[in-house]
Amino acid sequence: MIAFDNVAYSYGGGELLSDITLRLAPGSFHFLTGPSGAGKSTFLKLCYAELLPTAGRVTIFDREVRSIGRDDVARMRRRIGVVHQDCQFLDHLPLATNVTLPLTVSGRDSPAQDLTDLLGWVGLAHLADALPPSLSGGERQRAAVARAVIMGPDVILADEPTGNLDWELSLRLLTLLVELNRMGKTIVIATHDMNLIRNAKQQVAARVLRIKNRHIQLAGADL
Amino acid sequence: MIRDLLADLTTHDRQADRVVPPTGHTAWLTAFTAGAMTFLAVFALALSLAAGRLADRWSEALARTSTVRISAPPDQAAAQTQAVLDLLATTPGIASARALTDEEQRALLEPWFGPDLPVDALPIPRLVELVEEGEGYDGEGLRQRLSAEAPGAVLDDHTRWRQPLAVAAGRLRLLGLASIVLILATMAAMITLAANASLAANAQVIRVLRLVGARDSYIARAFVRRFTLRALTGAAAGAVAGMLGIAFLPSADAAGGFLTGLAFQGAGWLWPLLLPPLAGVVAFTATRIAALRKLKDLP
Ligand SMILES: Nc1ncnc2c1ncn2[C@@H]1O[C@H](COP(=O)(O)OP(=O)(O)OP(=O)(O)O)[C@@H](O)[C@H]1O
Ligand SMILES: [Mg+2]
Repeated sequence: MIAFDNVAYSYGGGELLSDITLRLAPGSFHFLTGPSGAGKSTFLKLCYAELLPTAGRVTIFDREVRSIGRDDVARMRRRIGVVHQDCQFLDHLPLATNVTLPLTVSGRDSPAQDLTDLLGWVGLAHLADALPPSLSGGERQRAAVARAVIMGPDVILADEPTGNLDWELSLRLLTLLVELNRMGKTIVIATHDMNLIRNAKQQVAARVLRIKNRHIQLAGADL
Repeated sequence: MIRDLLADLTTHDRQADRVVPPTGHTAWLTAFTAGAMTFLAVFALALSLAAGRLADRWSEALARTSTVRISAPPDQAAAQTQAVLDLLATTPGIASARALTDEEQRALLEPWFGPDLPVDALPIPRLVELVEEGEGYDGEGLRQRLSAEAPGAVLDDHTRWRQPLAVAAGRLRLLGLASIVLILATMAAMITLAANASLAANAQVIRVLRLVGARDSYIARAFVRRFTLRALTGAAAGAVAGMLGIAFLPSADAAGGFLTGLAFQGAGWLWPLLLPPLAGVVAFTATRIAALRKLKDLP
């Protein structure tokens, strides 16, 4: 699905990520951990081509990112659902419209029932008409998850999706992602929450990637 | 290009319009600019058309006839007149030529010298009137041949005083057209500025749209459609105002001048109606170029 070959990234100063080589196989389930500022969000941004590597090759759906035209980048992003750390909503549009935005911009209809079900599932049915700035952090995060999955994407990248959620809601969200993984979706979750990772490992064969000293290592039994 | 424009304007995609938040003042500025510029363009157009009519009239009316004046000693007058007539008959571009009769010459001079002028007794030059056809004759060539055949003959083709006026009127027409081009270019520049301001103000919106998989053309369309419709509306109002202004110019035909001749004539009233669509095309192009250029730099 997504492959990194000797990838490095720097925002202009020193390298933040160096010599990263890894493959996110179809249907795999990964957690991404590491201290704050280690580059978790940066790694995810490389995965959907918001950032281009400063060295090495990133391949998404078998195409090298630098060789993908702008329209194809857009089409590629429709196959990748992203929960951004800062959510990224259009603040002037109600929540329901924000959640269906990926469908709108790709010219697809959003079946009203699907939307209601999805919003109900993340516990936001009553807030469908609210504007994003009026929502709590957890509500925004759940809405972001709903938007990430509404297109039925092949890959879901979630950046701290449970950061503002209580344990019960976190588990509920994890269950949704595990279900999607069982349907064959590739999942990557950046998180600090070790309890969440332990819980997930009981349900799926999740692997844990850790960013340490600019490199990404596979963390094993050391949890 | 035109197909894109029509597609963008007719696709009724309310969602696509709403993804960009409404922007009060740039909307108003665009409509106002388009309106004011179109208003000015209507006058430039009227000026240009009127100057064109003037140029045509001056050259048409005077170009068709000329005279040859023969001042020769009395004993040679008849011979030279005949020589001139023969020469003119074989000159290409001349339909006919004939010597004025004594009565006609007397009639011409009567206002100045009274009815009893003894034409025969005075050394009055003989006049030959010629009528052009087609492209007209070659003035310089004819002059040379005349001086060879009939030394006393002088061609008076009116061009000495007609030419500068016709040229001036022609220039005026060009100036009017140039003004329209400048006005449209100014409109394009101002709409580009407004579009850039709007794009900058909506940078975060554009970012989000890109992230959820919107193509550049989709994002651009939301802006282009908005600016084109505003420019169309403003330009339509400006054109109507300009046409009303011209329709209500006092028609003081007695003063009979260029200013009162400024009104559009007949089908000429259709010309200013072209200005609003033209403004729409200008706005469409300017916004589209601005938007696509801006989007190219985003991830
Ligand atoms: N646009 C940017 N320009 C310059 N530096 C940046 C930019 N974005 C992030 N950084 C820096 O890169 C480093 C990694 O940022 P990143 O957001 O990837 O960290 P993270 O692992 O997601 O952290 P957190 O757990 O706090 O979300 C940080 O030191 C940050 O300051
Ligand atoms: Mg982060």
